[in-house]
Amino acid sequence: MYRSRSIQSSLSLKDKILSIDYILVCSIFILGLVSILAMYSTDGGEFKYHTNSHILRFFVFFGMFLAFSFIQIRFWHSQSYLIYILIFLLLLGVKYFGLTSSGSKRWLDLYFMNLQPSELMKIGLILFLAKYYHRTSIENLNSLKYLFLPIVVLVAPVLLVATQPDLGTSILIAAGGLTVAWLAGVRVKFFTFSGLAFLALLPIAISFLKPYQKSRILTFLNPEKDPLGAGYQIIQSKIAIGSGGLFGKGFLQGSQSYLDYLPEKHTDFIFTLFSEEFGFFGSLFILLLYGIIVWRIVLIGNVTRSDFGKLYCYSFATAFFIYVVVNMMMVLGLLPIVGSPLPIMSYGGSSMMAIMFGLGVAMSCRVYKDTPVN
Amino acid sequence: MLSPSSGSTVIKSKLISRRMFLLTAAKAVVMFGIVGRLVSLQINERTKYKTLSDKNRFREWKLAPERGVIKDFYDKEIASNEQVYQVHLIPENSKDIEKLFVRLKTILNITDKKLFYLRRVIAKQKPWEPIIISDNITWSEFSRLNLFLHELDGVKPVVSVARMYPDNSSAHILGYVSQVSAKDLQTKKYLKDLHVPGMSIGKTGLERKLDEEIIGKIGFQRYEVNAFGKRIKQILINEGQAGKSFKTTLDFEVQKFTSELLKDKAAAVCVMDVYNGDIVSMVSSPTFEPNEFIHGLEKKYWNSLIKNEMRPLTNKTLSGLYPPGSTIKTLVALSALENGIIKPLDTFTCKGKIELYGEKFHCWEKDGHGIVNLRKGIQRSCDVYFYEVARKLGVDRLSETAKRFGLGKKVLNGFIEEKAGVVPNTKWKKKFIGQNWYLGETLHSGIGQGYFQSTPLQLCLMTAQIANGGFEIKPRIIFDEKNNKLRDYIKYKNEYPNDPLPTDLLVSNFNLKPLFKNQEHINLIKDAMFSSSNEPGGTSYRHRLENKKFTFAGKTGSSQIKRFTEAQREAEVKQESLPYKDRDHALFVAFAPYDDPKYAISVLVEHGGSGGKAAAPIAKKVIKKVLERHDLRQRINSLTEESV
Repeated sequence: MYRSRSIQSSLSLKDKILSIDYILVCSIFILGLVSILAMYSTDGGEFKYHTNSHILRFFVFFGMFLAFSFIQIRFWHSQSYLIYILIFLLLLGVKYFGLTSSGSKRWLDLYFMNLQPSELMKIGLILFLAKYYHRTSIENLNSLKYLFLPIVVLVAPVLLVATQPDLGTSILIAAGGLTVAWLAGVRVKFFTFSGLAFLALLPIAISFLKPYQKSRILTFLNPEKDPLGAGYQIIQSKIAIGSGGLFGKGFLQGSQSYLDYLPEKHTDFIFTLFSEEFGFFGSLFILLLYGIIVWRIVLIGNVTRSDFGKLYCYSFATAFFIYVVVNMMMVLGLLPIVGSPLPIMSYGGSSMMAIMFGLGVAMSCRVYKDTPVN
Repeated sequence: MLSPSSGSTVIKSKLISRRMFLLTAAKAVVMFGIVGRLVSLQINERTKYKTLSDKNRFREWKLAPERGVIKDFYDKEIASNEQVYQVHLIPENSKDIEKLFVRLKTILNITDKKLFYLRRVIAKQKPWEPIIISDNITWSEFSRLNLFLHELDGVKPVVSVARMYPDNSSAHILGYVSQVSAKDLQTKKYLKDLHVPGMSIGKTGLERKLDEEIIGKIGFQRYEVNAFGKRIKQILINEGQAGKSFKTTLDFEVQKFTSELLKDKAAAVCVMDVYNGDIVSMVSSPTFEPNEFIHGLEKKYWNSLIKNEMRPLTNKTLSGLYPPGSTIKTLVALSALENGIIKPLDTFTCKGKIELYGEKFHCWEKDGHGIVNLRKGIQRSCDVYFYEVARKLGVDRLSETAKRFGLGKKVLNGFIEEKAGVVPNTKWKKKFIGQNWYLGETLHSGIGQGYFQSTPLQLCLMTAQIANGGFEIKPRIIFDEKNNKLRDYIKYKNEYPNDPLPTDLLVSNFNLKPLFKNQEHINLIKDAMFSSSNEPGGTSYRHRLENKKFTFAGKTGSSQIKRFTEAQREAEVKQESLPYKDRDHALFVAFAPYDDPKYAISVLVEHGGSGGKAAAPIAKKVIKKVLERHDLRQRINSLTEESV
């Protein structure tokens, strides 16, 4: 357990390459290929805009993921606060210079791409809190003084994102942050109290919701009430998945999607499309890939020695899992439709970037698993 | 911040791992939940969702089938189809319906009322279901529409077929077709799966009777459509099936000829084959224009039809009820003979009237006919003779004979407009009027007045059954080959009443029912009818046909509308001088040729006065026309017999 402190300097390039988790890399790559197939299908079986740019993004960010894997875990640890602050500034930038599309302001125009900082914040907050709790001693953990900063860094971006408005992403950001705090050992009672406080504030929060957000929640509770209006997406998604049956309708044969009954098929409903074309077994396959990815990240957390690495990997794996299941439960009609992409599968550069960034840091934890931080 | 001691780091790592273990357990639960949901959607409920998905994907457009045609006996189409130009609209394909309507109004002749109606239809039905803006536009409108089609999205020019009647002489018996009404959909079960916008159904006459078969089977086109209703590709097309065509026993030439004869009169003519009941002609006058009903009737025309006191919409042959008048005397005499009440040579003396319990019963011949036997009674149509006969016979025995010969019941199947008429008797009066029968009413019944009500078709059938030697026949209007042996059968029976039938006739399994007890009585009546038409003094002697080929035997009749007052009788008021509405209906029944009866005819002229003057001349011309065409008809008959 206590090896030489200079171990990181003795790692040769070969060692680094060998220590990469190839099962994880392969799973991600296979998922990427599957996502390209799905995207090809949404384009009606042609290499059109969505497919081409998805392929480009996947390979670019996959390369980024591999490159980040070789960056020292110390670097990520030391720069965590800075990274958080940068992303936070970008979020503020969105508030003042953002692009507005379909009623919400989420994007920054960076000329070569439209960046959605809220996606990056998902990872940034985890990084920040992982470092913070790494550095907080277990004795101080539950004192109010040490709870103050985490609450601020969590609530500030969540509020910014919620008012864009983007309820889905803000919830997912909060989920990632809360996971870190929970894992670090913050007492259950704090979660209970803050949960109660949240419930108490809920009526006020609801009054801030936009009408369409309210209707989405109502619709989730009873989608058949207004089948052509707000319930349309849930109903059509369930029809698509259900009609896929055991083996699916076949690649490029998903009638629900190519006849445009399926809304948002490139982004939030990509799993629906896949499930319609490849059926129950196809869906299980996707679930299996995601399961492997989450499992391998947890394994990295197990082998990495630093608390920062553990906290980060466990939290990221959990957050990743939450992104996946929230999206799936949404398209399966188990949760209200709140915009949340399916990691790697969904079309969207910022989401892909954020996930690959997060995976890169996790892999770095693996490569430098024995390197102590701080 | 503090730098953690290594001891607390170990505790911290353990805490993290412990909590991570809890989270992992929670993840497993959620994962199971998702798999469970997938199982439920994709395995348990997959059929339900497949159906829903297909419901999304496919849309069907129904295609109206082509209506079968109706032909006459010589295969001439009397209800045919013609090509029409129509404008359909699929509302969901139009961006702005109101704008479209404005544009259409400049191209086609559409009223605001029609537009109002269209808006209501659009609001009611699914946006992809086509509505018919106009079902019959002219060629020039149609070509103009095609010219501007690029700016009329959603509009579809359609070439379709619609009913067309080449002539209105058979309008009543054919009936007409018109748009399906809400009531039709409720009452006619066969329309349930058949309804296509713009489809016409039969409303009266043969069109209605045959509707279920003549309408055809509906076709459909199944398209795959996307979420915006755009047709992506055609999956399936089923052309449907054109309706069955029917051949009738009618003779179109005779129909036209007769219709021309009856022009400007309120009248009806029925001609029937005396052996197989084939209706050769059935004309009601005045007629109407059935083509006007097909594409929506104009209010003005409709009003002119219903206000006309000659009732052009009524098929008088089937639904006109008239007292049979003196034409019933043939049956009164027959009934009396059959029941042994009189002998042919029994006589009564006619002094112009008789008195019964103080009531006077007049003969139409004010001075009386003198001594009258059965033959003279029918020849001169002596009322007093029949008062006496009827008194002895009694109304119940008379009604039994009349009913046997087809009066008082519907004789043609499947025409809702047909009326049964009335054959009165003591029971009937008790039941429907609630009073006892008076003897005086028997006397009225004996000359076909009073409660008696019959249709011209019933009178024609009655005459035909006398003419064929007293055998029951069933009138028919739809030609079918099966019953054609009937003629030979009856003729054989007439010639050799006591011989067994040859086997080839016997196997034609027709249940021939004689209507007489003694066929000699039938022959006596036929002979008396001959004398009425062909011997001096006969009521229709003036309108006889002397050529043996055409010679007919008939009976006149006039049914009283209003009783003559004693004053009118004294003043010898002529029918012609009465107001139209008060004049008697003129009736005439006959069969021809006398030697070898082939056809029976009944003629009715509403308010025509006396049967001899108004109805017999028409019968004479029609009989001649029909007999002239008899050889042709026989040829067709034998041809079909051979082919069977």
